[in-house]
Amino acid sequence: MSSRSATATLVALGVGAAGESATASARALPVRGELAEILPWGGLRRGSTVSVRGSTSLLLTLVAEATSEGCWAAVVGLPRCGALAAAELGVAVHRLALVPRPGRDRDEVERTVAALLDGFDLVSVATPVTPATARKLSARARHRKAVLLPFGIGWPGADVELRAAFSRWTGLGEGHGLLTGRTVTVRATGRGAAARERTAVLSLPGVPARGEASLPASDLARERSWRPVGSRERVLHPVPVPAEAG
Amino acid sequence: MTGYTLAVWCPDWPVVAASAEAALLPHVPAAVVRNNEVIACSAVARAEGVRRAMRKRTAQSQCPELVVFDHDEVRDARLFEPVAAAVEELAPGIEVVRPGLVAVAARGPVGYWGSPERAAERIVDHVAVHAGVEAQVGFADGLFAATLAAQRGLVVPAGGAREFLAPLGVHELNPPAEHRPDRADLVDLLRRLGLRTLGAFAEVPERDVASRFGRDAVLAHRLAGGLEERPRVRRRPPPELSVTQTLDPPVNRVDAAAFAAKALAERLHQVLADRGLACTRLGIRATTEHGEQLRRVWRCADPLTPQGIADRVRWQLDGWLTRERLTSGLHLLQLDPEEVVDAAALQLGLWPGAGQDQGEAAERAARAMVHVQGLLGPDAVVTPVLQGGRGPVERVRLVPWGDERTPATDPDPPWPGRLPAPSPATVFASPEPVVLVDEAGGDVVVTGYAELVGRPARLVHSGQSRRVVAWSGPWPVDERWWDEESAVRAARLQVLGAAPDGEELAYLLIRAGGKWAVEGVYD
Repeated sequence: MSSRSATATLVALGVGAAGESATASARALPVRGELAEILPWGGLRRGSTVSVRGSTSLLLTLVAEATSEGCWAAVVGLPRCGALAAAELGVAVHRLALVPRPGRDRDEVERTVAALLDGFDLVSVATPVTPATARKLSARARHRKAVLLPFGIGWPGADVELRAAFSRWTGLGEGHGLLTGRTVTVRATGRGAAARERTAVLSLPGVPARGEASLPASDLARERSWRPVGSRERVLHPVPVPAEAG
Repeated sequence: MTGYTLAVWCPDWPVVAASAEAALLPHVPAAVVRNNEVIACSAVARAEGVRRAMRKRTAQSQCPELVVFDHDEVRDARLFEPVAAAVEELAPGIEVVRPGLVAVAARGPVGYWGSPERAAERIVDHVAVHAGVEAQVGFADGLFAATLAAQRGLVVPAGGAREFLAPLGVHELNPPAEHRPDRADLVDLLRRLGLRTLGAFAEVPERDVASRFGRDAVLAHRLAGGLEERPRVRRRPPPELSVTQTLDPPVNRVDAAAFAAKALAERLHQVLADRGLACTRLGIRATTEHGEQLRRVWRCADPLTPQGIADRVRWQLDGWLTRERLTSGLHLLQLDPEEVVDAAALQLGLWPGAGQDQGEAAERAARAMVHVQGLLGPDAVVTPVLQGGRGPVERVRLVPWGDERTPATDPDPPWPGRLPAPSPATVFASPEPVVLVDEAGGDVVVTGYAELVGRPARLVHSGQSRRVVAWSGPWPVDERWWDEESAVRAARLQVLGAAPDGEELAYLLIRAGGKWAVEGVYD
């Protein structure tokens, strides 16, 4: 066995330098169809910085497809990130790491995000940083072939900015119904190839998880009409309980 | 160490070191135990029937007069320093592999004395005279083969390593002194596969080894075939990777040295980690107040962790400080990463546990999470696990990375009162108070029959007022009603609020103790 073939085997195993497998890094990470249309690369290009604003659901939707295909995502500085909503939006939560409090000072935040960019495919940052740090971290993401997703904060040098503009809910009435879904208008602006503003209408949650498609929410809404205050005749009427999934 | 290598090996080093420190006479049988298990014993003890891996009590019953020492890595390293120094006097450029084993490129000594045999003789004599220790010397290609040759006192000609290794058993891949449980698993597995000798293992095509076992097995396979351990191109690190510390006041006590070692090791690790590197050969350099220069290179099979760096620096300083010929305290300390590899080569276990993600992406992520835990503390990195419950907060358990990812409550229904999807994307672990009023400004209340009194008209959350355009509920939460102490009575309400500009935002409110609070925002 020549040592050259052995080296080739080890590189294929990932023993060599990180991010060396060219095929994986050239490909953009997958995103949902509606979002793919407004991103200049048809997905999240490795090494890019995509700023997200206005909606946590948009951020979670953006990382959902990639995590379900084996990528790892980290969310830094967002202690109120709802993991349940993430799962419903299609995020593989066992590949989602949360760093709710990334340190006491700016140095620690920078070091934390830099360390995560070394190992994660997607890193979202919601802790404000200085413009100099932002540029440094974007460069690190480019070098490490990770996708940096600043969330809800200003970020000079982002390649694309996605902003959730309008949100329209369905399912909820005046005293009856349940929130069932919504449409969100997402605007993408950016530099270079992405300079032209593009708009997509995203309906959330997209594909209902198994067992929730048959949710009798509309039936529930029909049965439950708003009851006037003070009406005590129907006191013993059992309060409808939202149907259990499955 | 690559190329033709000379290895100097001191048999039963832990026992030799312990006996020397305790000034034990050579005819008294002695053994060193770790975790109640014999890891080394003297030749006298061996003659009495004591063996490695024996329980302490069994060993004592075999040989009642056995003197037992506890294992102490610091003692091993400290007492080895004179041996290393003695070898260095004859063959400069030595590397300490571990206490008891020194390697050096063989070309110089062999050229100087004319033949390997003569070089070996000179070194053994010199070590015996200056350090008072018995040593054995071996020559072969690469460190692994040279070590085995030294244990047998052989000179394996250059290019003959594969032939020399072939008849040896696969257990040689797991030297007891290195104490590596993962290698033990591998050796066991190879034996069960019928690959009992290094030669048989080396016959297996490398591709098959790589596709069936972990990364470590590929390294082991290279060793078995007499190849060098790491085929990767190693970088010569640029000089700015070295870290230096001035010790003021000068250090001449072992505990102070240990403290300095720890801080410096962490700095070096940080410098390397910032560049995505890890160190496999570490140069430790110290200068005393009187200008004496001390230098020693430590080599390891695996890239060094911060703890690994700190240990080696501590051992080395301990060794230097306890030598008599040091005339003053240590004044300057410098760590040079002599050889670095990409941090991706840091190994994270050969066989991942059940339920864990496998593959390179998971390993890289795990390494990054461990790094962040090192920066911020073990609880700083969490991964969510979905579990049973009613509210969006209690349905998620945040598990610190490294802990077992198990739900605390049964995720399967029934959980009456649980709201269906979608769930709020922003959740408040401790609900934030809000004001929910009707058209007339009166508080909207929920009766004991779980009915809403009043039509919600306005919602005020953190100073922002929104017009309520739709709502639904209340859904009562009546948890643990059988227990008066921990019973929870609350009700949830979904509210859709519109800002003055028409932008809509949906809220999940909870009312408990007569007050409204926001538990989640569907943003």
